Amino acid sequence: MSEKKSSKEKTILTEKLKVVNVGISTFADDLRSQGVKVVHVDWKPPAGGDIEMLKLLEKLGL
Amino acid sequence: MNTRVIVKKSTYRDSISLMKISNSISKLPGITQAAVVMATELNRRVLSEAGFVDAAIGSASNNDMIVAIEAKEAASLDAALTETERLLSPGEKPAGEEAPPTSLDEALELFPDANLAVISVPGQFAKREAMHALGRGLNVFLFSSNVSREEEVELKKVAKEKRLLLMGPDCGTSIINHKVLGFGNTIREGTIGLVSASGTGLQEVTTLIHKAGLGISQAIGTGGGDLSEQVGGTTMIQGFEWLEEEEQTKVIVLISKQPAPGTMEKVLEVARRSRKPVVVNFLGGVVSPPLLGKLRSANTLEDAARIACELAGIKPGGAAFIIPKETISVALANHRKLARSQQYIRGLFSGGTLCYESETILQPLFGEVFSNAPIKPENNIPGDAPSKKHTCIDMGAEEFVEGRAHPMIDFSLRNLRILQEAKDPETAVILIDVELGYGSNDDPAGQLVPVIQQAKVLAKEAGRHLPFVASVVGTEGDFQGLASQEKALSGAGVLIMPSNAQATRVSALIASGETIEAAIFGRSN
Repeated sequence: MSEKKSSKEKTILTEKLKVVNVGISTFADDLRSQGVKVVHVDWKPPAGGDIEMLKLLEKLGL
Repeated sequence: MNTRVIVKKSTYRDSISLMKISNSISKLPGITQAAVVMATELNRRVLSEAGFVDAAIGSASNNDMIVAIEAKEAASLDAALTETERLLSPGEKPAGEEAPPTSLDEALELFPDANLAVISVPGQFAKREAMHALGRGLNVFLFSSNVSREEEVELKKVAKEKRLLLMGPDCGTSIINHKVLGFGNTIREGTIGLVSASGTGLQEVTTLIHKAGLGISQAIGTGGGDLSEQVGGTTMIQGFEWLEEEEQTKVIVLISKQPAPGTMEKVLEVARRSRKPVVVNFLGGVVSPPLLGKLRSANTLEDAARIACELAGIKPGGAAFIIPKETISVALANHRKLARSQQYIRGLFSGGTLCYESETILQPLFGEVFSNAPIKPENNIPGDAPSKKHTCIDMGAEEFVEGRAHPMIDFSLRNLRILQEAKDPETAVILIDVELGYGSNDDPAGQLVPVIQQAKVLAKEAGRHLPFVASVVGTEGDFQGLASQEKALSGAGVLIMPSNAQATRVSALIASGETIEAAIFGRSN
């Protein structure tokens, strides 16, 4: 950011993108090909995809 | 035929990875068809329509994966199953390479200065992941759909408080600091900034700006629900204010399908205070002059691009947004070849906003246009029902993508629909859109050309001429190659137009001939 803009807060529009990709892996590949640093998360549905179980675990703070 | 169906309980892979595996297996010797899919209701129905009958399919749940393969011989089937298992296995890591993180927290341990999370998990888990990312101070690009308005409101409240950008949910594309997130095109750097509640709307306007020789500063996607009454345009207003502050941006374009009235007023009130010129394109929405003030209003996406280019310095009329006379002659020649029964346009879109834009152009010309995403509720037809008179189908609507890759990548459902329309004696012309760029299919023309040829043969056998009209959303910088894609489609007899608005008008001309020519061009060409 320039000195003149220092009164304004920083936003993502003024920063270099550094990405964590959660889900579709090709989005990470596409970003890498544009020179963006990306860490890809090998995501799986929590609680085996059981939403009710997940809500219960969240209530219990697990 | 030998078929085998295997249900893998509580097994997950994203829809794009599974589509790639399905394609690889389908190409193996002796395999007639193969699908490796999550067991969503849509996918179970598609399998059953493809002839896979197995009780296990009916009892599978959304969290299960189905492997369904059909082969000429048992040996081919066994080989295909072995290959499927190999492709589904995690694969061996090269020596020294760590296993990838399995959660956002683990990823942030490896990459503590990350500033953006790109999230594309199934909708029921999306809020949880997005809220967690916001809590860790990350901006979020939330591609996931099937997130409720209430969840969206909650997420956006947190993002706003933290001065973070939440793009989405259901956000298909953004270009932030000249990097494409999700689906998007390679666009020249320039001075036009966009905030858009529609993904393909953003793609169409940015590519048209590029084709006119100008470029963009930022293109912020807000997700389709942002301008609803409940969400109140939170992200559009935030994005607008940030573009107002940003020095590179000289002209601002706002794009959305028709917003909720209260939200539209709120957004326009902020826009009217802008020091920069602003173009507003609320498709299908009429903005009254007092609300508009000095803001410029655009009826179509093409108009939005044209006006933005003029405000950014291109001379009026400098961009090629006029349909040439020769094209009109070609369209009329096509009309003369139609049989008497062929009266209606059948628009099959992978871009939801392009579908909507076509409806806004056709509706005043023909009175009623039927759609699964209609302008008028009384013109609603289910996406899987046969077309009725003039019909525009959004093939990317939620009903078509549950557990499946978007039609910009997976052409199978639209291709089936093309063949269905070709058999209908009332179909005068098939109108399609093709999106290039990041996220889209590697070779859209390669997917479409054989089907278009087959459709033309089907029509010919029934004594009919069947024209196709398409627009290709893309630039020469896109990896699929704009010129080669257009050439391949053109070689298959498709009339290529430089924008969806023009493709729609040319389709109307093909369907109705000279009788409608004045109405089409009196309006906006």
